[in-house]
Amino acid sequence: MELSRTDHAIINGDHGPAAADALQLVLKFAEAVGAPRLLTCAGAHVDGCLYHGQASLDFVERFVALKGRVKVPTTLNVGSVDLIHPELFIGDAQLGAAGRRLMQAHVELGCTPSFTCAPYQTLLRPKFGDQLAWAESNAIVFANSVIGARTNRYGDFIDLACALTGRVPDYGLHRSENRRARVIVEIQGLENAGPDQAGGIAVAAGLFAGKQCGDSTAAITGLPASTSEDDLKALGAAAASSGSVVMFHAVGFTPEAPDLKTATGGADVPVVARLGPDDISGILASLSTVKDGTALTAVALGTPHFSLSEFDRLMPMLDLAPFAVPVYVNTGRHEWERLVADGRAQRLESAGVTVVVDTCTYVTSIIRDLSGAVMTNSGKWAYYAPGNLGVDVAFGTLADTLLSAKAGRVVRA
Amino acid sequence: MSARSLVAGKAEGPVLKLDDPLSFWGGFDSSSGKVIDRFHPQYGACLSGAVLCLERGRGSSSGASVLAEAIRLGTAPAAIILLDEDAIITTGALVAQMLYEIDCPVVAIRDQAEWRRLSALPRLAVQAGAESLMITPPQ
Repeated sequence: MELSRTDHAIINGDHGPAAADALQLVLKFAEAVGAPRLLTCAGAHVDGCLYHGQASLDFVERFVALKGRVKVPTTLNVGSVDLIHPELFIGDAQLGAAGRRLMQAHVELGCTPSFTCAPYQTLLRPKFGDQLAWAESNAIVFANSVIGARTNRYGDFIDLACALTGRVPDYGLHRSENRRARVIVEIQGLENAGPDQAGGIAVAAGLFAGKQCGDSTAAITGLPASTSEDDLKALGAAAASSGSVVMFHAVGFTPEAPDLKTATGGADVPVVARLGPDDISGILASLSTVKDGTALTAVALGTPHFSLSEFDRLMPMLDLAPFAVPVYVNTGRHEWERLVADGRAQRLESAGVTVVVDTCTYVTSIIRDLSGAVMTNSGKWAYYAPGNLGVDVAFGTLADTLLSAKAGRVVRA
Repeated sequence: MSARSLVAGKAEGPVLKLDDPLSFWGGFDSSSGKVIDRFHPQYGACLSGAVLCLERGRGSSSGASVLAEAIRLGTAPAAIILLDEDAIITTGALVAQMLYEIDCPVVAIRDQAEWRRLSALPRLAVQAGAESLMITPPQ
């Protein structure tokens, strides 16, 4: 391991005992993954505030006791409770208390209390080329693919250790030669699809890439011209749910893929699939565990956390209210503050929409009635919730979900 | 042999071979030590105290927290013998060592035939250090 002057200074305790302690973990981890050196880290996104047991808390309290402070801008992923609306939590009280302490202890270390899985939307958006230590699978894919910042799949413990030291191991996607596309997925005949369809196409492309491309970076061609950044977010989240995708290139959309040749670095790369409209419909149909017409108990939106532009698309659909079933939307607290300030929070509430911040409806106990099917426009929610919550799920576009909320059963636009 | 020690320590136990990769998050219960992934071939198997042979980990990085918690509770495998390096499993074992001074050595064999040979033995003793690595049937 080549140690820099900074590394030696941290080891010698010049940056405090917490940094020295955390660097030991970073160095052992770097050795295990075969990184020859550490890099200067530009920012971290920490996923340690979801409570998985006493070890989660013991790790963070160790650095609080050593008076540790993060050395780089550090955002926090979702926790187990909505700190702004704690009454929404209906799980075990002791678990809730431990979860709250875990979130608070991270804030004491200087982390920004963002509690969002989408820290790239309203808050601290990284810059192209930044070397990051990010956790949370959808955020990792977004940072690499949509922003062109560089991070590996970091996670519990290592993310915080990098934040406390400002160092990140030099391997994998931190290096240019590992960021090229290795496979191509062609979408065919859907270039002119409208914005509501584009969301579904992106989810299908993501699910496919996750299942079929493993951790090989795919270049995806032929996405609709109406594909938005929110759709690319959904694509990445779906790909990281069905597989271990850390980066994709959406040719013509993402910064390292202005064209196919740039995405592949000019290498001869195989086309692993050509997906037409029927293939896309088939992939999306496989996400639903119930048939159209099935009665719903809720609609769940905002996995990953809804952006302000997604709220822009949702607001006109509130004209459909009253809804027959509760509609939940997860978002970040910084987005929530904007919604409160501009009056949209009020309109959402009066339409019967529950906005959930700091957490997510698929990881914790929020949705009160899980006796029937839940409808979502999120590939990630549809993928995980049946296992996490034991619910049936129906997948649809945003318009489908709101029409279904009104009907109280699964209907399509 | 190109095997590497990822987390140092000494352990011995009965060999338990997993036929598929395992995600500790969602696939393993730290309070019982059992595999809870219904789609896993070893669903229901108890991993506590075993020398666990699996090719690689899978899934969410929260697996590191679940493994560290299992090591704290004493429900974890005694040692983990991987085919390939795995950052999530390595992290969980490193953190448990740092917090609780309990060793769950982790090694990557990096040779399919050798990994198969070891995982077919009834018991193994693992001695993993920065300088040396020994994986042998106990004497």
